[in-house]
Amino acid sequence: MQLKKKKIRSQLSVATASLLTTVASTSQALETTSDWEVDTSVLYYAEADRVSLWEPVIRLRKDFGDDSFVNFRLVVDALTGSSASGAIATSSAQTFTNPSGNSTYTTNANETPLDPSFLDTRAAINMDWEQPWGKDVTGNLGFNISKEFDYLSLGVSASAKWDLNKKNSTLTTGFAYNADTVEPVGGAPVGLTNMPVFPTVKQTMGSSQDRTIYDVILGWTQVMSRKDLLQFNYVYGNESGYLTDGYKILTVVDGTTGDPVADPAQRYVYEKRPDNRTRHSVYTQWVHQFDEDVLRVSYRYFWDDWDITSHTVDMRYRFEMGTKHFLEPHLRYYSQSAADFYQTSLIDGQTYNYASADYRLADMTSTTIGLKYGYEISDSSEFGIRIEQIVQSADPSQVIGNQSSQDLVPDIDATILQLNYTLQF
Amino acid sequence: MRKQIFLLLAALSVLIIPGCSSQPVQPWERDVLAQRKMQLDPYPLDTYLDDHIYFSKEASRGGAGLGGGGCGCN
Repeated sequence: MQLKKKKIRSQLSVATASLLTTVASTSQALETTSDWEVDTSVLYYAEADRVSLWEPVIRLRKDFGDDSFVNFRLVVDALTGSSASGAIATSSAQTFTNPSGNSTYTTNANETPLDPSFLDTRAAINMDWEQPWGKDVTGNLGFNISKEFDYLSLGVSASAKWDLNKKNSTLTTGFAYNADTVEPVGGAPVGLTNMPVFPTVKQTMGSSQDRTIYDVILGWTQVMSRKDLLQFNYVYGNESGYLTDGYKILTVVDGTTGDPVADPAQRYVYEKRPDNRTRHSVYTQWVHQFDEDVLRVSYRYFWDDWDITSHTVDMRYRFEMGTKHFLEPHLRYYSQSAADFYQTSLIDGQTYNYASADYRLADMTSTTIGLKYGYEISDSSEFGIRIEQIVQSADPSQVIGNQSSQDLVPDIDATILQLNYTLQF
Repeated sequence: MRKQIFLLLAALSVLIIPGCSSQPVQPWERDVLAQRKMQLDPYPLDTYLDDHIYFSKEASRGGAGLGGGGCGCN
């Protein structure tokens, strides 16, 4: 009975809003007038010659009436393929010990070394509960757990939204805390020690390492007009503990020729990152509706104490094609500066406190171009498909001697294909 | 650091000054804002999957929401 009343009330409020306005919307579907929303998605992500991933997701949202909701999300992802180890391409073939220490793999001359043992399956569950506290404040409490064979993440989050100025302004504050455990295959190597030649076993700091992450958000959302929304966020984050990637290595080279050192037992070392990172980001988003089309533009500026700064610009334009179809082109541009300990290779005889050759810490740009098609099957269901292409280009920290004949940090091309289906009942 | 504070203040000014000066939108005028396509995050699963991809492929995180963590994928 309560549900029926709530449905009637919701439908009446939508109907009233339509009657009171002169511009009737042709795309009213999927507004929150149902008790349940089921949102499903499958993502296929593939990098040329490297990693590929399947990731199905399901999200359930239960409306209990009186503006209280429970959200539940289940994710599984299966990842296969090869990942860059951090070692550089050289003019001769190279042999590496697998992370497990039980076998080796060989990379051909003039090819970027890729670790072929990159295989992972992850399952993650997230649940959050949204509840109004009085007339203008809404609280949210969330939990998440994610498990891979070498990684466990446990997290809690809490946030509150405070509506002001006839709900034209909203202040948001929130906090998230994650306690993660990493168990690299073969143990966590001691940073900046040599990768031994098989069958010698690497030096480890034990099998399990911890990292903790917390984030604080302060946000403001402003309704600017009937067709304009503006959002502003500041996020502060801190990560501490084992922030190193236990699978990544660096090549030790001669400071003049740039060639790897002759002794294979001294040729590669395990990377080592600082055990603390503090980061900040400011983010703004503007959403504007024209007659029916919607423009969505956002910008983020990010900086941290590893010397990384980045700019991200994201733009989507939703073209309405009649009342049931839309096309949405998407453009995203990302540019970052390198971490202060990023090194494409290490020079023999020099001392380093920290070093990583992970291209994701390099000077890098990433460009995404995509297109989404959406089809409103009925008032309570929608289908979507999107395809996107990402190109990542990173620069080496330095190019020494003969290294100029190699592509030290090759571009990465990735394709995204995603299917979506949403149903309300 | 001064640059970052400047950016923060500039962004706040852009946000708050026009917000205070504009006419509030009345509850009966919210038909457009109530549409799914006008929400801050109309497709949460798209956002979730994008966050996962870019968290794994780039060094930045957080902004649109909390930076979080949740996987060893980077």
